[in-house]
Amino acid sequence: MQAFIKETALAAPIPGRNVDTDQIIPARFLKADRSAGYGPFLFHDLRFTPDGTEREDFVLNQEPHRQARILVTDENFGCGSSREGAVYALCDYGIKALIGPSFGDIFYNNALKNGLIPVRLPEEVVAGLRRELLTGPERGITIDLEAERVTFPDGTEHALAIDPFWRECIMKGVDEVELTLGYMPQIRDFEDRYLSEMRWINR
Amino acid sequence: MAREESARTGTARKAMFDKIWDRHVIVARDQGPSLIYIDRDIIHEGSFHAFADMKRRGLTVRKPRQMFGTPDHYVPTSGRSIGDAATPEIARMISQFDKNMQWGGIRNFGLRDPRQGIVHVVGPEQGITLPGLTIVCSDSHTSTHGALGAIAFGIGQSENAHVMATQTLWQARPRTMRITIDGTLAKGVHSKDVILAIIGKIGAGGAGGHAIEYAGQAIRAMSIEQRLTICNMSIEAAARCGMVAPDDTTFEYLHGRPFAPSEADWDDAVAYWRTLPSEADAVFDSEVELDGGAIEPMVTWGTSPQDTLPITGFVPDPAAQTDAAHREMVAAALRYMGLEPGTALADVPIDRVFIGSCTNSRLEDLRAAAAVLKGRKAVVPAMVVPGSTGVKLAAEAEGIDRIFRDAGFEWRESGCSMCAAMNGDFVKPQERCASTSNRNFVGRQGPGARTHLMSPAMAAAAAVTGRLTDVRRMMS
Repeated sequence: MQAFIKETALAAPIPGRNVDTDQIIPARFLKADRSAGYGPFLFHDLRFTPDGTEREDFVLNQEPHRQARILVTDENFGCGSSREGAVYALCDYGIKALIGPSFGDIFYNNALKNGLIPVRLPEEVVAGLRRELLTGPERGITIDLEAERVTFPDGTEHALAIDPFWRECIMKGVDEVELTLGYMPQIRDFEDRYLSEMRWINR
Repeated sequence: MAREESARTGTARKAMFDKIWDRHVIVARDQGPSLIYIDRDIIHEGSFHAFADMKRRGLTVRKPRQMFGTPDHYVPTSGRSIGDAATPEIARMISQFDKNMQWGGIRNFGLRDPRQGIVHVVGPEQGITLPGLTIVCSDSHTSTHGALGAIAFGIGQSENAHVMATQTLWQARPRTMRITIDGTLAKGVHSKDVILAIIGKIGAGGAGGHAIEYAGQAIRAMSIEQRLTICNMSIEAAARCGMVAPDDTTFEYLHGRPFAPSEADWDDAVAYWRTLPSEADAVFDSEVELDGGAIEPMVTWGTSPQDTLPITGFVPDPAAQTDAAHREMVAAALRYMGLEPGTALADVPIDRVFIGSCTNSRLEDLRAAAAVLKGRKAVVPAMVVPGSTGVKLAAEAEGIDRIFRDAGFEWRESGCSMCAAMNGDFVKPQERCASTSNRNFVGRQGPGARTHLMSPAMAAAAAVTGRLTDVRRMMS
């Protein structure tokens, strides 16, 4: 996982509640190998017409939002399918963090595993930020994981609530599988006891 | 006292979710995620990223006997050979899956295996899904398996690799929600109508961060297949998982299935399973109640499963919405769906019908649709895709396939098909599909596709009339 400590970047407002992972990356692109990069698939059918022309009305096709590395979303962003390709597309496009009132649970977990920071803030705060970005989008937002603060373009600061476990993992770029393999003695102890009691699990 | 605190200190009687969760904790932390043991990982073709990760790390699958694989998302439904795949790219997905299963030493119910099917149909059907287990799959509809009293949830590929390598996951304990449906369902009302009514009430984000337990008289009266439909769509309300307490209906369903406990272990297993239901005074973080007797046949009109109304209703008017954001959502949905405000839902014409998906492709679903279709003809293109080869063979043994064929339906091989639109089965742009699947998202069934979700009986009625139709008018 790529370590993340602090980032200041332009942000783009993504409109709409319940933006699902089918919209973040349509299913037809999920067969692609990751090495090629999933960035071109991000919001594909919202960004492009069927003939591949950019849709001028989509926010990421407009300046300066085209340079955005933070997306400001609405409630339940990333709902629907568990496809981690949605997170791959965001990361490969260059998105470092998301700010929204709520996220789909599976999407939220997938984001954390890839070092993409999903920042939950109150709905009214996020709505105000989206409005601000539409009128004055040229100033950056700072996300500081170490200080646990988010600083908006107008200078206001908000607490960044993220679980200490994931905060530490992301700041240190911890490999989660490696971390867990360190718990293998506890896992084996648990398993010996548990599977002997639940004999029927392995048939 | 808050439920989380009471569960931790043991001062309150536990909910089923808490009992199962606590049984699986290996490393507990005061805050944030705990390391929990995973009993089952069910794998499909989309898992190639996880296998690539495992190989890159030089790791092997730690507990292959607790893993099961079956191809479903990309499999052709026109035949049972890789050569039937719609494109070479899709064929590669299936052959790569077979290689990965072999590499991992994982049981693979492959394309020509009689046990093949949609992961969430095969799991219960084979007795892989059992009460009290933790079950994961890299598919959001893994919540389906909770119908048998398991904690079952969807994961991504990073977590999939983590389970393959360690048989564990770091997970934060969700909050709990009990949804109680009392009363008796009316004639023509199915479990799909119940779950659509629930989502319509609480919204697409209404259960975010929660594990749902479905309870009440209407749920108890349901068969396992009906409960599977309910739990399947928990994710459409943003729930982490959905569950129904195991009971005699559960035990009768499981007895004798291939991976269910052997006769030697059966009594011990059932004795344990009987300890799982929530205590009478269990504390839930949230409670929702619906009158099952008041639920009507439901259809969706928009681009989220929460956009749902009784078939007797009318397309909503954006201008009537008081919240500005909601007004724009409704307007955008109607633009995409090509619908006019105020139109009677029963007047909306359709272009095709799809009966299938992990929500509604089991034997009882096919029986319900066939009962409507018997002696009638579809007036639009229609296809039925059984949820597993086992379901297909059972339906054929009952003559259900003949009813569908006589009505003009295509009778296909099993797979996800037109629900996920990954295998070459898709709805054309601007085509309107009456579908028994679970998602009416923009582009879900194909770019520009317009999806109306409904029960199998309602989909069959739509096939016969060529429009959204109240199935109750077609019942004797």
